[in-house]
Amino acid sequence: MSQLILFNVFNGLIVGAFYALMALGLSLILNLSGVINFAHGAFLALGAYLAYTLIPYIGFWGALVLSPILTGIFGLAVERVLIRPLYGGDPLYSLLLTFGLAYMMQDAIKYIWGAQSLPFQAPAWLMKSLSSQYFFLTGYRMFMMLIVALAVAALFGVLGYTRLGIRIRAGTRDLETVSTLGVNTRLLRSLNFGLGVYIAGLAGVLAAGLLGLAPTIGDNLIMPSFVAIIVGGLGSLVGTLLGGLLIGVVSGVTAVFFPSATEAVIYVMMGLVLLVRPRGLLGEEGRVH
Amino acid sequence: MKASRLAFDAAVIAALLTMPFWMAAVGGYTELATRVVVMGLAAMSLNFLLGYTGVLSFGHAAYFGLGGYGAAMAIKYLDWGALPAMALGVAVATLAAITIGALIVRRRGVYFAMVTIAFGQVFYFIAFRWNDMTGGDDGLTGWRRPPIEFGPWKLDIVNDDKSFYYFALVIMLISAAAMARLINSPLGRSLIAIRENERRARFLGVAVERRIWLSFVISCFFVSIAGGLYALLNNFIDPRALRFDLSGNLVIMALMGGMRSFWGPLFGAAIFVVLQDYLSSRTENWMFLIGLVFVLVVRFFPRGLLGVLWRGSAA
Repeated sequence: MSQLILFNVFNGLIVGAFYALMALGLSLILNLSGVINFAHGAFLALGAYLAYTLIPYIGFWGALVLSPILTGIFGLAVERVLIRPLYGGDPLYSLLLTFGLAYMMQDAIKYIWGAQSLPFQAPAWLMKSLSSQYFFLTGYRMFMMLIVALAVAALFGVLGYTRLGIRIRAGTRDLETVSTLGVNTRLLRSLNFGLGVYIAGLAGVLAAGLLGLAPTIGDNLIMPSFVAIIVGGLGSLVGTLLGGLLIGVVSGVTAVFFPSATEAVIYVMMGLVLLVRPRGLLGEEGRVH
Repeated sequence: MKASRLAFDAAVIAALLTMPFWMAAVGGYTELATRVVVMGLAAMSLNFLLGYTGVLSFGHAAYFGLGGYGAAMAIKYLDWGALPAMALGVAVATLAAITIGALIVRRRGVYFAMVTIAFGQVFYFIAFRWNDMTGGDDGLTGWRRPPIEFGPWKLDIVNDDKSFYYFALVIMLISAAAMARLINSPLGRSLIAIRENERRARFLGVAVERRIWLSFVISCFFVSIAGGLYALLNNFIDPRALRFDLSGNLVIMALMGGMRSFWGPLFGAAIFVVLQDYLSSRTENWMFLIGLVFVLVVRFFPRGLLGVLWRGSAA
C-alpha cells in the first residue's frame, strides 16, 4: 500500500511537473500581456510532433534542443501577425483568437501527421527501470524531472539576473513606465511570448516521450495549467510552479483512493482555494483580479 | 428609431415563425432550424452576462450541459415528462451557478474567464467518469423525448420535427422576452452601468459583486433551458455538451452576431450552426476552417454582424 502511494505521489510529481512547465509559460504571457494563450496546448503538441519528425535526422538529443526553438520561432511569428494588434483591447478578443488558433493548429497537426497516435522513441537506455523494487523509477522519468528542474532553474535565472528578465518582471508591474524608460515594449512582449511558447515546446517533447504522440496531447494539460495558475496565485511564478506540482500530487494520491475523481479533484481544490484564500497560495495581496 | 427597432423585432420573429417552411428551400432541414433556435437561445443567454454586464464567462457549456443531462436523466431514469424533466435540469444547473458564482464574482476580465472555464471542467469529468449514470464518454442513450400532454391536449414532439421546432421556438421566445424584460428593468440598467464603468456604478451605490452574481445566475438559468432543449432535440447527450470548446463556440456566436444588440447572438448562432453543418459535411478538416472563422471575426469583424448593421444608430 505504501509503495502504491509512493508510486502515485511520484507519478503525481511528474504530471505536476508538466502542469507547472505549461503553466509557467502561460503565466509569463498572461502577466506581461494580459493574454490567456489558449493555443498553448497546441504549441505543446507542435513541439512534440516537430521532435518526432526531427529525431530520424538529428536524434533525440538534437530534437530536444531544436524542436522547442522552432516552436518558439513559430510562436514569435504568431504573436507578430495575430496577437500584437490585440494588445490593449478587450481580453475577450485575444482569448477568442487563441481559441480559434488552437482549433486550427490541432487540425493542421492532424492533417500533416495523421489523427492516430504515433510511437515516440526516447533513447532505450533511458527507458529502463532503475530499481527492481521501485519499478516506476525509470530513467526517462528521472531524466524528465531533471530537465524540468533545469528548465525551471534556467527560467528563474533568466528572469532574475538578465536584462531581458528584469525588464519582463518590471513590465509585469507597470508596462507603461518601462516603456517610458526607453524599453521597446513591443519587442519585450514578443520575446516574452516566444519564451512562453518555447517552454511549451520543451514540455511537448518531454511529454511525447512519456505519453506518446496524439494531436490532442495538449488538451489534457491546458486546463490543469489554468488551475495551477489560480491555485498558485496570480502574478507569482513561484506560486504557479508550486501550484502545478501540488495539483499533480493531489490528483495522483486521489487516484489511489478514489480513481474516478482523479481529474475532478483538482477543480474542487481550486474551489477550496478560492473560498479560503482567494489570492492563491503565493498571490500578492491587492492583486486579486 | 423606436419604430425601426420594433419593425426589426417583428421581422426576426416572423422569420423564426416561418423558418421550417423556407429552410428546405435554402438547402437546410427542420432539425437544423431547431438547432439554430436552441443555440441561439444559448448564445443570447450568454450575452446577458457577456454583452449586457460586460463579464467574460468562458464556462457556459457547463450549465448548458447540466441542463441537458438533468433533463435526459429525469426522462431516462424517472420517466418524467419533457417539461418537468427540463425544469429539473434547469434547477440543477441554476444551483450549480449559484454556488460557483459566489466563489468567482470578485474576479474580473481574463481571470474571470479562466476561473469559469476551469470550473466548467468539473462537470465534464463527472459526466465522463460516472459511467453507470451518465453513460460516460459514449453519452446517455436509450431514451426518447416524451410527448407533451396537458389533459386531453397533446403535442406530438416525438415524431414530428416541426412540432418540436415550434415547441423549442415558443420556449426560446418566452426566454428571450423574459431577458428583454430584465434588461429594461432597473436591474438590467444597473448591469449596463457596471459594464460601462464599474467604479462609478459602485460609487453610485450599486452592489456590484451581488449584481454580477445575479447576472451570472440568470444567464446560466437561461443557458440551461437551451441545454435541456438540446438534449431533447438529439434524444441524446454526451460530455461534449459540457466541454470548454462549446463555451468558446457560444462566445464566438455572440461576438459574430453582435454583442451589443439583443438579437445579435441569435444571428451569430445561425451563421455558426449552418456553417458548421455545411463544412463538416464537405471536409474532414472543418475544425481548421471553424478556427479560421474565429481568427477572422476577431481580427476584421469584432463588432459583429448586427454591430455593423446598426452602426450609427443608437444600438
